[in-house]
Amino acid sequence: MSGLAALLRRDLRLAVRLGGGAPMGVLFFLIVVTLVPFALGPDLALLRRIGPAILWLGALLASLLALDRLFAADHEDGSLDLILMSSVSLELAVAAKALAHWITTGLPLVIAVPVLALFLGIEPWTMGAVALTLLVGTPALTFIGTVGAALAVTLRRGGLILAILVLPLTIPVLIFGVAAASSASVGPVPFGAPFTILCGLTLISLVIGPFAAAAALRHGLE
Amino acid sequence: MPLLDLANPSRFLSFVDRVLPWLVVATIIAFAVGLYQALLVAPDDYQQGATVKIMFIHVPNAWLAMFCWVVMSIAALGTLVWRHPLADVAAKAAAPLGAAFTFLCLLTGSLWGRPMWGAYWVWDGRLTSVLILFIMYLAVLALWRTVEDPSRAARAAAILTLVGAVNLPIIKFSVDWWATLHQPASVMRVGGPTIHSSILMPLLIMGLAFMLLFLTLHLAAMRNEILRRRVRTLRLMQAQAGG
Amino acid sequence: MRLSASDLACVRSGREVFAGLGFSVAAGEALVVLGRNGAGKSSLLRMIAGLVRVAAGQLALDGGDPELTLPEQAHYVGHQDAIKPALTVQENLEFWAQYLAGPAPAETAPVAALEAFALSHLAGLPAAYLSAGQKRRLSLARIVAVKRPVWLLDEPTSALDARAQERLSQLMQAHLAGGGIILAATHAPIGLTGAKELRLGEPV
Repeated sequence: MSGLAALLRRDLRLAVRLGGGAPMGVLFFLIVVTLVPFALGPDLALLRRIGPAILWLGALLASLLALDRLFAADHEDGSLDLILMSSVSLELAVAAKALAHWITTGLPLVIAVPVLALFLGIEPWTMGAVALTLLVGTPALTFIGTVGAALAVTLRRGGLILAILVLPLTIPVLIFGVAAASSASVGPVPFGAPFTILCGLTLISLVIGPFAAAAALRHGLE
Repeated sequence: MPLLDLANPSRFLSFVDRVLPWLVVATIIAFAVGLYQALLVAPDDYQQGATVKIMFIHVPNAWLAMFCWVVMSIAALGTLVWRHPLADVAAKAAAPLGAAFTFLCLLTGSLWGRPMWGAYWVWDGRLTSVLILFIMYLAVLALWRTVEDPSRAARAAAILTLVGAVNLPIIKFSVDWWATLHQPASVMRVGGPTIHSSILMPLLIMGLAFMLLFLTLHLAAMRNEILRRRVRTLRLMQAQAGG
Repeated sequence: MRLSASDLACVRSGREVFAGLGFSVAAGEALVVLGRNGAGKSSLLRMIAGLVRVAAGQLALDGGDPELTLPEQAHYVGHQDAIKPALTVQENLEFWAQYLAGPAPAETAPVAALEAFALSHLAGLPAAYLSAGQKRRLSLARIVAVKRPVWLLDEPTSALDARAQERLSQLMQAHLAGGGIILAATHAPIGLTGAKELRLGEPV
């Protein structure tokens, strides 16, 4: 088995055995969605209208929080040192880790959308749009997030720094994701245009994310 | 046999082995009687028709959802205050059961309400409180899974459980207040009409049936947890014996 | 093959750890790095491993594989074990064997490596159950599972009992006999007879 495939398999195994990623991410997603009606009031008509936005924000924050551990665990036990000493390209290694992270954290969020859509009274068509845009958009969130995670690990700062670094970069993804998701229920913007741009953003992030994160890991060395 | 004797895990295991088959039988009988009473004897609601019978599952589940937290709280005190050896096991075994009962309560409530409200979910006070209880159960389960060392996990979960026990009435009060702030368009009567005796009896029997179900599952889960810990100890010893 | 350094300087957290350092180690030779704590033993090894910047000076491996960088031809065993508790002993070692293998994966031998460190009977056990000494042995096993010419060992015998130290010593001798290079930082004797010494932190 090639080194890259071994890394992907290892990260998937760890995520499944440690059980931190998917259940916690979905639980956090549920909590965020629950918090909004408490702040806004249980007006179902209002919740239905802003439902796509709530789901997108919840998924964004849930993705973000799980990114913290992406490199931190390997850094703490010395695995990151060895990864840097392998002939496997660091950019590809970052991409493999990000892929494992998305499969175990981002994808479950997409799967949770139908259930959470019930809580917000969202209709099936819009729910499908939200799920599809999140399916395309969560990889972008993960791959953009790897840059922040790499910077945070090398800076040895936990907590909010990761969020501060990553959130502004995710704004375009959020804008076009919500625009596409809401298009079925609200306003004149059709689904196709923002969705295409969202796809483009994701593809760009798949390339820029690993390169920037690898650079951050290398330059973060003392 | 005095209760303290059960503190010894081996004694507890043999106690469970003896008692469990009887509990299973009792549970099955209680469900048989209860379901018969609920489905065939109790009358339909003049407004809702037969769907009101979901209440016979929904309400006992709500009782047990709250009861499980009480069990977890007592177990939490056992862990933190009395250092009872089986308290950790009891708490850990009760958490998934409580989450399951709460989930069933939400699910049956949602199915029950759909014909009335036209939606699978409304943010009314009572339902929302149960949803928060469900989230708190999941939080406790998350805590059990995250901390690797069993005794540290037990103490952390115990603290969270007790804090939750204090907070749940506060949360319920706040949510009810919040619900009254925003009067929804249709008035919900999720609890159903005032309890008539022909409904009360089946309801109590179903409540008993679910309680027996909980006892059966809880004891079985505790037994599994004790055995799981033994396997873990054996593996540790195996690792050390090898050198 | 020769690993050589001249005028090497290291700066960490703004503090100059060492400067003007030079050494040369040929194939089949070992260099023991000595010095008090804080003298820079770990920093030197990490610098050769490519994990710490070379502030000044030159570092080169002559006669190695021209397609690979120096870190790609070195094994580094530091204070941390790089072991995942949730994976079994075998899974841990197999992962590193596959990841560090380089272009010729046929050269890896995780099963033989487990035997070399007397860990075969624990292969299926989750690494969380291992003692500190067993974890150390598992961590060291990767240098035998994957062939790389340069070994950078930082306190390799810490947490090892006498039997394990003896085993490590034999493996190191075998590595040197096969033309390998070893740099080891240590406080205690590690059974490398005839090794050159490099003392850090003392005036030249």
